[in-house]
Amino acid sequence: MKDWRFWFAEQRGTFMAIAIFLMMFVIYISNHPAGFNANIVQTASNKGVLLAFVAMAQALVVITSGIDLSIGMIFTLTNCLASWLVTGSPLQVAIGVVVVLFVGALCGAINGAVVIYGRLQPIVATIATGAIYYGIALALRPTPGGTVDEILADALTGKLFGFIPASLVALLVVVLVVWIPFSRSVTGRAAYAVGSSEQAAFMSGVPIKRAKFITYTLAGLLAGIGGLFLTFFTYTGEAAYASGNAYTLFSIASVVLGGVSLMGGRGSAIGAIFGALAFRTIGDLLFVFDFDPLWQPLFQGVVLLLAVSLSAFGLLRIRNRLEWFG
Amino acid sequence: MNAILDSQIFRLLRRFDPAVTTAFGCILLLLVVGGTYSSNFLSPEYLLQQLKVASFLGIIATGMMMIILLGQIDLSVPWVVTVGAMMSCAVVGHGTVGAILAIPFGILCGVAIGLVNGFGVAYLRIPSMIITLATNAVAQGLMVVYTGGFSPQDSASPAMRYLATGFVIPGLPNSVVCWAIVGALAVFLLTRTTFGRAIYGIGNRERAAYLSGINTRRIVMTAFGISGGLAALGGVLLAGYASKAAQSMGDAYLLPAIAAVVLGGTSILGGRGSYLGTVAGVMLITLLQSILSVMQMPEFGRQIIYGVVIIAMLLLYGREKLQR
Repeated sequence: MKDWRFWFAEQRGTFMAIAIFLMMFVIYISNHPAGFNANIVQTASNKGVLLAFVAMAQALVVITSGIDLSIGMIFTLTNCLASWLVTGSPLQVAIGVVVVLFVGALCGAINGAVVIYGRLQPIVATIATGAIYYGIALALRPTPGGTVDEILADALTGKLFGFIPASLVALLVVVLVVWIPFSRSVTGRAAYAVGSSEQAAFMSGVPIKRAKFITYTLAGLLAGIGGLFLTFFTYTGEAAYASGNAYTLFSIASVVLGGVSLMGGRGSAIGAIFGALAFRTIGDLLFVFDFDPLWQPLFQGVVLLLAVSLSAFGLLRIRNRLEWFG
Repeated sequence: MNAILDSQIFRLLRRFDPAVTTAFGCILLLLVVGGTYSSNFLSPEYLLQQLKVASFLGIIATGMMMIILLGQIDLSVPWVVTVGAMMSCAVVGHGTVGAILAIPFGILCGVAIGLVNGFGVAYLRIPSMIITLATNAVAQGLMVVYTGGFSPQDSASPAMRYLATGFVIPGLPNSVVCWAIVGALAVFLLTRTTFGRAIYGIGNRERAAYLSGINTRRIVMTAFGISGGLAALGGVLLAGYASKAAQSMGDAYLLPAIAAVVLGGTSILGGRGSYLGTVAGVMLITLLQSILSVMQMPEFGRQIIYGVVIIAMLLLYGREKLQR
């Protein structure tokens, strides 16, 4: 088999995600009363990019066959922190941004340390750390409020040259600066190896712990970038429990839609990004078809349920029943 | 002589699960701390009140324990609890028949959601964490559509209120009696039936259980059904306690239920754990919550302490083996 066919087989999930997104987006745009214009693309990308950052974060952890159920709470915490710090003189704003991103990465690193060095199950451990992060967020913002530097916020949520959404460019920059170098590094390959088979990776002398730790930390950083952008969109910080939980849930949904295997070792953050954009578009489809917004949670739930059930088609390929049990 | 006595004590000690012993030790510690903080804390009325509060969590944690013993997890608890509460209250509005059917109907709704979870996990082989998150979202969506996004106006039936707050045995609230019955059934199921032994077997190694002739898929699906039913029963009791259902009333029960089971020494990987441990875990969590509220700790502090305590306890005895 030629190289490109290997590459294509590896990226199949990602291409599926891109195809689903394009299909949904075309349906969305062709039924939108205002049609295709720069403002609609800007609004859609601003909403989609938030989830895309969180989904990228989740994808990184899922690739190592872990899970981070605190991701939505890191997102909420950094949002609350940014509403305090990212304001004032340009220097203060810059320091604020750095601190917010650092705190995001720190939260991720704590998750990583607890899971790897504490040897705890990621599900329970990250639910517990999520409670801690939410508590801190609530301490920072008992009631919604705060402010953010409007020049920076408008620059990052507006349009470049009148038609390119700045938030999409920011997403692209993050992909180029974080994901591409990571996936091509030794650590990135190690993360995939750990996800495929931790035992085999261990036996081959792959740096398991370092790979996992860096993955969790990067996930925290990406969730922090997401939280920062949320502040840019809303101009406030809010410790909303339901919204934090929803982002955790949606991040998992996006990862699944994006073709990242929940067993680990397969998929890419690019796929997760398109999964996130597709998930957002599906949610918005209801509006262009004039449904009652009350139906949106149910619709999103059903889409999620169908998306995860699709993976069951893999069962048809199984020849030996014992493979059911993994 | 001394040596013989020593070895006997040692053997007696070895019969106790270290996790369960630690959990009971922590309960004693919390009681002492609470007692020094306020003398009311150790009064029988207050402790009975705590037991009553614990019974809701205890019933929900019983279902969660069965799932965790299978090596799975049930994250649909929050909205299954709410569905149980809302659906039973909704049926109450339909006259006498409704009032009679309220409790069974609420529980049946929970069983239905649980069976969907079980079908997904056992037959479609979807990871339990994912499918239960999805059914949780669907249940939430259904309830949002049903209530229109507000708290429903239906109220609980007298039978539900009696079940949650009445007294069949003088001095002992009915909800505690419910928990005792559910607990006794769970112990019987887990230790005295093939179903229970199969749960432990599947939790240890599903492949081995399958090869020894156990219909693992049916067992897993049934266990999820039971778990859903118990979560909904918890919701019915909560609705009876508060005399109505509310949005997001179940949110406060997911983390405590998992924490109670895991703190009680049940391995999160499945296959190991005793019901006594879960009882200890439930009491531990309830006392911790109670002490934090007696100290008038604000919500953020509670969340932080809660998370820290769970992580700390897990680090004490919930760790996986070192890989070699």
